Parts: sequence; C-alpha cells; structure tokens
Amino acid sequence: MPVTDRSRLTFYLLLAPLLLWLVTLIILPHVGMFLVSLREKVGVREYETGFANYAVFFNEPLYWNTFARTAYMSIAATVLTLLIGFPIAYYIAKLTRGRTKTTLFLMCLIPFWVSELVRTFGWMILLRETGVFSNVLQWAGLADAPVEMLYNDAAIMVGLVYTSMLFMVVPLVTTLDSLDDSLIEAGYDLGASGFAILREIVIPHAMPGIVSGCIVVFMLSLGNYLTPILLGGKDSLWFTGLIYSQFITRFNWELGSAFGFLLLGLSSTIVFIGLKLSRQSLGRTMAQ
Amino acid sequence: MATVSLKGITKSFGKTEVIHGIDVDIRDGEFIVIVGPSGCGKSTLLRMVAGLETVTSGEVQIGGARVNDREPMDRDIAMVFQNYALYPHMSVYDNMAYGLKIAGTPKAEIAERVAEAATLLQLEDYLKRRPRELSGGQRQRVAMGRAIVRKPSVFLFDEPLSNLDAKLRVQMRLEIKQLQRRLGVTSLYVTHDQVEAMTLADRMIVMNAGRADQIGAPLEVYANPQTEFVAGFIGSPPMNFLPADMAHDAPPGAVKLGIRPEHLTLAQTGTAAKVIYTEALGAETLLHVDLANGTRATVRQDAIAPHPKEGETVHLAWDAGNRIFFDSEGQRC
Ligand SMILES: Nc1ncnc2c1ncn2[C@@H]1O[C@H](COP(=O)(O)OP(=O)(O)OP(=O)(O)O)[C@@H](O)[C@H]1O
Ligand SMILES: [Mg+2]
Repeated sequence: MPVTDRSRLTFYLLLAPLLLWLVTLIILPHVGMFLVSLREKVGVREYETGFANYAVFFNEPLYWNTFARTAYMSIAATVLTLLIGFPIAYYIAKLTRGRTKTTLFLMCLIPFWVSELVRTFGWMILLRETGVFSNVLQWAGLADAPVEMLYNDAAIMVGLVYTSMLFMVVPLVTTLDSLDDSLIEAGYDLGASGFAILREIVIPHAMPGIVSGCIVVFMLSLGNYLTPILLGGKDSLWFTGLIYSQFITRFNWELGSAFGFLLLGLSSTIVFIGLKLSRQSLGRTMAQ
Repeated sequence: MATVSLKGITKSFGKTEVIHGIDVDIRDGEFIVIVGPSGCGKSTLLRMVAGLETVTSGEVQIGGARVNDREPMDRDIAMVFQNYALYPHMSVYDNMAYGLKIAGTPKAEIAERVAEAATLLQLEDYLKRRPRELSGGQRQRVAMGRAIVRKPSVFLFDEPLSNLDAKLRVQMRLEIKQLQRRLGVTSLYVTHDQVEAMTLADRMIVMNAGRADQIGAPLEVYANPQTEFVAGFIGSPPMNFLPADMAHDAPPGAVKLGIRPEHLTLAQTGTAAKVIYTEALGAETLLHVDLANGTRATVRQDAIAPHPKEGETVHLAWDAGNRIFFDSEGQRC
C-alpha cells in the first residue's frame, strides 16, 4: 500500500535524528568506555583484556566506601527533596489558583536563572566561616566564634536538595493537578481523616509523579560533581570526584572507565529496585 | 432517616454573596430537587449541607440538630458527585467498602452490606473491576452504591446524571427514584434539567441567582409559578409572555401576561398571528407564531390536529382561567 509505505518512510525519517543521537552520543561512547575499562595495562603501551580494573575497585576500601557513600547520600537527598517538595507541590497544585499558581511555579525556577557554579558559590558565601550565617549567629550572640558550616555532609545535602527541588516539584505538581478535587472531598464525605486521605487517595494518585521525580533527582545527585566538591571540600568523597581524578589527574582512563561503568550499574540497579518497591513500571512513569 | 432544615442560609465568597438567604424545611424521606440555571448557587447550597463549604450565616439542621460546625463525616450524610469521584486505584468492591472500612465496621458486615447494595444496583458481576473498566452508567451505580452501603440519613446528589447520554439519563433517573422510594432516605438532588426535576421531585426548590424563587410540588410549581423566572424556567417549550394590555381585565400593575403553549388554541376569531415555522415532533406539533405587535409565541397542538402552513395567518384564543399576570419586578399579581 503506497499510503502506509509513505507514512512508514516519514516515520523513519522522523526517527533518524533521534537514532543518530542515541548511537553517536550515548551508545558509541559507552561501548568505547566499556572496551577501555576492560584493558589492563601490563607495560608501556602494552594491554591485555580482563577485569583487573574492576578488581582494583573491589580491593580498595576507599573506592567502594566512596561508592556506597555516594549512593546513600544520593538516596537521602532524594528522600529529603521529596519530603520538602511534596507539601510545596500540593500547595501549588491544590490550594492556589490562577496567577498565584503561576507565580509560585516560576519561583521554583528562579535558582535556574543562574549557573550551577554561581548557585553553589552563593551557598558558600552563606555557609563559610566568614559568611553570612556565621556573622548573624555571632551578632545575635548565639555563637562567640566564627562557625564553619561548609565542608560537611549537611552542606552537601543542602546543595543537592536545593539544586534538585525543581525536578521534584514539577512532576508532582503535574500529577497532583490531575487529581480531581472531588476525590478528596469524597474522602472527607466518606469519613476519612486528612492523613488517611493523604495516604490512601493523594499518594496513590501521585505515585507516578513521585517515582519520576525521585528517579530524576536521584540520578542528578549521583552524577553531580560541582556541588559535592565545592560544598563538601576535600573530604566530600563523591564518586564522580574519583572518576574525574582518574581521567584528568592520573590519566588512568582504564580505571576511570571502569568506575564510570560501575556508577551506571549502580544508578540502574537502584532505580530498578525503586520501581519494583513502588510497583510502578518505567513506561507508566515516563508517560506522565 | 432525618429531617433537614435550612434557616436563613447565606454564603459569601470573599465579598460577593452568592446565596442570599434560603429557608426550607424538608420532611423525613422526602425527595427534594434543587433546580436552576448554571451559576445560581445550587452546588454551593448542597455543599453547605454536606459540610464541604462553610455557612456564612444561618443554620443547617439535620435531624433537628444544628450541624454548621460538624465535619462532613459527623453529619450522617452521603454525597454522590457529578463525576462520581470513584478511586481509580481501588476495585469496585473497595470503592464501595471504603467508607465502612474507615468507620471500623467489621469485615463480615462490610462484605454483607456491599453484597446487598451490589444486588440492589445489579453490580454483582463487576465488584472486582476497576472503575475505568466500567461504562458510565455502571460507574454511576457504583457511586450510588458507595453512598447506600453507609446507610446515611440523607443522600446528597450533585448533578449525578449529567455525564450520561440522554437515553441512559432517563433510565437512571427512574432507577434513582425507585431506589429512593424503596430506601425511604431523605434526599437532596441538584440538577439544571427541569425535566429531571419535574420527574424526580416530591418538592422542588427553583433557584434564581442565589434565591429560592419558589418551593413546591412539581405540578403545583408548573401550574402556579410565583415569579416570571419560574414560569419561564419550568416547562418546555417555555411559557409565552405577552403584553398584559392584551387582556382587558388585567390587574393593576401587571405588565406581562403568561400563558402556556398548550393553553393557546387556534380559533376562527381572536388575536391574529402569522405562523413563522412549525415543528412536528410526532406526538405533538409546535407552531411558532408572531403576533401583530411583534411578540413571538408558541402554540402546542396534538399531532393529529390539522395544522396551518408556515406563512399562514391564524387566530389565537385562550381561556381566561389559564392566564397569569406578572408585574414589572417579575412577581405574580
Ligand atoms: N470557591 C469559589 N470561590 C468563589 N466563587 C465561587 C466559588 N464556588 C462558586 N462560586 C460562585 O458561586 C456562584 C454559584 O456557584 P455554584 O457552583 O453553586 O453554581 P451552580 O448553580 O452549581 O452552577 P452549575 O449548574 O454550573 O454547577 C457562581 O457565581 C460561582 O462563580
Ligand atoms: Mg453545580
């Protein structure tokens, strides 16, 4: 049939740029990286194929401790972002209308008007020993010496949550917006308490938004480089920092590639577990 | 089962008052229909009875007790929403059982009451399905089932049939009426459809811009509308309004003469009018005519009666007993 032939051709033509992008920018580099990660350096310009680079990772506690720490800090950042973002999203979606709604939504965007670097420096100005918070505390008499609030886990957490908030709030507002008010009212009418309505009506409805928000925030945190390094300082121990130093500082591309692959595996595994636990499918989540 | 009384109810959103004082005493087991055009405040009134909207002033009583400050769940009411408000992630059974589950009813009793309601509503075969796997009419029944299982004293319906197609609406209308008769539960039912109001109501409240223009039995309201608005709103096609001076015996102050289309007859002599177009509806035929003074009027005739062609001139007559007069405020006089 000429008609379907033509529409199929159109389909492939439209698909072509997407495929090109997938292959050249995502698949090819990863295949290359994987091959590099399997090379073992046995001498100058002499290589063998094997899993030695991966073995290095498992034999060095610093590496896998950093790896685990990055994972649970990212999970913590995701949970925190969800806990803070949910009430904000609920307020925007359900308790405001018209212009107020738009204004509040735009306010969530404000952090993104400046570059990540400037944003992070902003936090440094607030949190450092000679910074704004420290001065205010001293002025108020709550502290008698300068307080250093940078270079600890809490500072990293603040930075990660702040950077990720929008990516949590947007999908949540979208799903909560689609929750008909009458479902909530019917809950009250049927005698449910506010908490029961949240647990049995609002959260199940918002689940796809929660899951997609969490996936994005988790991946962003896991792959974040600037925020942990700048706010956490030398002891930030973030896995992306290790990858960076292998590639750039030590020119050990083989180990760096292996680390990169481990990080990819880690994020895929945790996202998979998260989807299983929340009984959501990737397809349904992404359709949101 | 309970009586419901509204005493001087008003409602303001911010500075705008949308309900201007409504008084009505509803008897135990009565089916009350609140009818009026869009935006007149029907839903707002119902939601104040439900406890979903606060009452600005006045008193809502259910079973003789003031309930203004009670939560919805403490009012012993059950509401059926326009879009049904079924929970998409719960099965039909769980939807119907939800209210009982929250109230802490024992499992066995829940099962019994849901089964009973399901039989009543012919939903036995659908209990395991999700709402999205049901037709509109079935969803509507589930929404009613969810209200019935709780055995409330008062049912509240907010345009429950407006999402159904015309044929189903007629069928569900009948079912709701029979169900209410059988259960004998006091019901408040909101609709903008005057046919629905006429067929369902024991008494109806005709609302106009936040006021109850008239409260009464459907046929009483039809025969004796107290305001021009009610006269024009109830009845289809609507009542004809002619200039009052067309009658020699109009009471002082009257500006309009109201007469129903079925009370206008064609005669040999009388007011002359030109037929503009005719609508043959099968059982009846509607003649749309223009009087000499430019007023448009509708005449309802039996289909078997020989009716004039478009463009012909006819003569209209009516019985003095069927006329009603309205003053310049739209009040009966
Ligand atoms: N939450 C609200 N805030 C402000 N005004 C409102 C609110 N809810 C309703 N109104 C106003 O109150 C009036 C009555 O609304 P209501 O919903 O009761 O009308 P209705 O008779 O149910 O109409 P419809 O047949 O369209 O459902 C309307 O003018 C509406 O704009
Ligand atoms: Mg309404």
